[in-house]
Amino acid sequence: MHLKSPDDLEQFRTRILEKRKAQDTKKRVVLCTGTGCRGAGALDVYDAFKKALGNKSDIEFKTTCCHGFCERGPITIIEPEGIFYQRVTPETVPQIIAETVKKDQMIEELLYQDPQTEEAIPAEKDIPFYKKQNRLVFGHNRLIDPTQIEDYLAVGGYQALVKALFSMSPEEIIAEVKSSGLRGRGGGGFPAGRKWESCSQAPGDVRYVICNCDEGDPGAYMDRSLMEGNPHRVLEGMIIGAYAIGAHEGYVYVRHEYPLAVENVGIAIEQAHKMGFLGENILGSGFDFDVTISKGGGAFVAGESTALMASIEGYVAEPRAKYIHTVESGLWDKPTNLNNVETWANVPVIIEKGAEWYSKIGTEGSKGTKIFSLVGKINNTGLIEVPMGMTLREIVYDIGGGIPDGKRFKAVQTGGPSGGCIPEEMLDLPVDFDALTEAGSMMGSGGMIVMDESTCMVDVAKYFTNFLKDESCGKCTSCRDGTLRMYEILDRITKGEGKEGDIELLEEIGWTTTEASLCALGGTAANPVLSTIRYFRDEYEAHIKDKRCPAGVCPALITYTIDAEACIACGKCKKECPTKAITGEKKVPHEIVQAKCIKCGTCKEVCPVDAVKVE
Amino acid sequence: MTGAQLEKILKKHDNQSSNILAILQDIQASENYLPRKTLEEVSQRLLVPLTQIYHLATFYRTFSLTPRGRHVVTVCTGTACHVKGAASILNNLERELKVQPGETTTNKEYTLETVNCLGSCALAPLVVIDGTYHGRMLGTTVLSMLKGEKKGASKKS
Ligand SMILES: Cc1cc2nc3c(=O)[nH]c(=O)nc-3n(C[C@H](O)[C@H](O)[C@H](O)COP(=O)(O)O)c2cc1C
Ligand code: FES
Repeated sequence: MHLKSPDDLEQFRTRILEKRKAQDTKKRVVLCTGTGCRGAGALDVYDAFKKALGNKSDIEFKTTCCHGFCERGPITIIEPEGIFYQRVTPETVPQIIAETVKKDQMIEELLYQDPQTEEAIPAEKDIPFYKKQNRLVFGHNRLIDPTQIEDYLAVGGYQALVKALFSMSPEEIIAEVKSSGLRGRGGGGFPAGRKWESCSQAPGDVRYVICNCDEGDPGAYMDRSLMEGNPHRVLEGMIIGAYAIGAHEGYVYVRHEYPLAVENVGIAIEQAHKMGFLGENILGSGFDFDVTISKGGGAFVAGESTALMASIEGYVAEPRAKYIHTVESGLWDKPTNLNNVETWANVPVIIEKGAEWYSKIGTEGSKGTKIFSLVGKINNTGLIEVPMGMTLREIVYDIGGGIPDGKRFKAVQTGGPSGGCIPEEMLDLPVDFDALTEAGSMMGSGGMIVMDESTCMVDVAKYFTNFLKDESCGKCTSCRDGTLRMYEILDRITKGEGKEGDIELLEEIGWTTTEASLCALGGTAANPVLSTIRYFRDEYEAHIKDKRCPAGVCPALITYTIDAEACIACGKCKKECPTKAITGEKKVPHEIVQAKCIKCGTCKEVCPVDAVKVE
Repeated sequence: MTGAQLEKILKKHDNQSSNILAILQDIQASENYLPRKTLEEVSQRLLVPLTQIYHLATFYRTFSLTPRGRHVVTVCTGTACHVKGAASILNNLERELKVQPGETTTNKEYTLETVNCLGSCALAPLVVIDGTYHGRMLGTTVLSMLKGEKKGASKKS
């Protein structure tokens, strides 16, 4: 079916909706097979459903990508009631069909239990994790099978494109995006409308638009889940942008480690072509636009705009100095507009509902919503979407459900390797581009890693610096050597070889790296170090002066001992210890011979009564 | 890699030197590493200097210049996995297999690798053995899984 006009599209949409309305009251099983749920075994559950339902079942079975609550995966929803089943296993599938689908009986054990009230919550919308969110961009994921364009059309997909192509001029679109206040979601927070405007006004006939789905931030997977779960939304944003800017070719740059995203966006491009949303004379508007997928090779720096463009051209992803802007001379030296996945995915809703509506969400300087990947030492791990301006405290406690195992919150890290750690005293900070930067961190692309009292902040700084030293492309000295020297110092400190003056030296190198580096990788590389020094200086001092790791993480500074009172002399640790450093017999409490201990933590891991202490 | 196989890959990418990254990715996917001989051929066919190809091959993490082992064990060292103890799992594996990340055991049985985030942070810490995800891992469980004492719940992905 090739749609040749907006009328064609509306007729087609009406047909889809009518067909669906007829089935609205019928039972449907929706299974999440996004990457998070797959890791938890969703494909085995999928097979079980397929087998149990058979081919000719009149029960609709549908798969989607990420719904966000990955902690509870694999997730299954029974519609039309919207019953939310979590941690579903292949073994429970026959029971789900026999009881819930066929007899409308709820299965208690599969429902989510509110940890506070211990009450089972049947409906997804009532679960605290979802309650405070505003799922403007991410919400449709749960309704869409990304391989079915009809699903996207059923939720109003490509309506914004029609509006843009047929009732707005390119200038009007740019003005709308500008006044919406949309800022880039890839990390920098640059106003999207202004970037579009510069690119559209740059001299030349050929222009490009690019979607950045490199997502190198370790611990973040928002872009991946959007791309996997709702690729048409991103494409629609790109087509609107291309029309406004005057580009006829676009690229989607996806990292190689995201095979499902590559697959789904590939299918989406093919379908959009067939139906007339891509290619020549889109919906009869006279506008032509095409999109090509380019796969990255797994380098963090490849996500940087100029490096990414070099990578698409077939070169090594090394950034270049930006005295010439990419909006004037980017890919193949042509004016190029690069935006992040989430930025593009915001465009359709802005065009559809208008800038005025959109800019009511958020704060003065940061409009709309932001998707975060809330991970680490937190009860409800997953992807969340919140209006800008929500405080970190609300995110960590109301949505995230606080810290597991009764431990104390220590810090939340935002902004990935370029960001910083925010301490408990500052939990009332709102998510807002400027407020987070002021606190020494940054919004970044949306990684939010929660740390508790058993996380060592010097170790975290060392972790990020190690990552950055490996990922630095090596082109400029300050970044290449700055990250390496900071790593060496941090490594020494964590090994108990820190000296007086190390902190000051770190600050000095950090400052130089920030000021002298070519691209933002080096320009922000010191953030993890500087922010941890700023808020957790006492932890650094404990490592350097007292040769002590207060969190009990750095192997050189801790000792493992067995509490003789608590030990039940079961022999487990003795058996597992790789260096045979543990003595004791049956009924004789175990003891660790310190000279032989390599501090691998195995004994602590296997002890059934938590008798192994770390100091 | 045979000449015909390479031919097919080059053709798929229109014999275009700007598609070099995708070409290398396909060779890596088919051979599990980038054989030198194949790279020399690519260089001559596409008129791309061998130095440029090696520059790419050593820059990006996905490429390996040496053959990999029969089993690939990948430890996620992304931030979420790190704060949940990935370092200790990695140490255990390094000690047991006597290799560093990126290396293959002398009997060509295991290659140990690390990756920065697999997008399954909810299951942290995560270890992937031959493409199968194992979530909420402990150092001891990984080791016993490798020794075959206990088959971890296998999950397709
Ligand atoms: C080292 C480095 C890595 C980056 N990685 C990404 C990335 O993975 N995804 C992304 O969208 N932006 C990334 N950026 C930011 C891009 O350079 C660019 O600002 C952004 O994609 C522009 O899109 P936006 O304005 O919509 O945010 C990175 C920047 C640097 C310096
Ligand atoms: S950090 Fe390991 S899966 Fe994300």
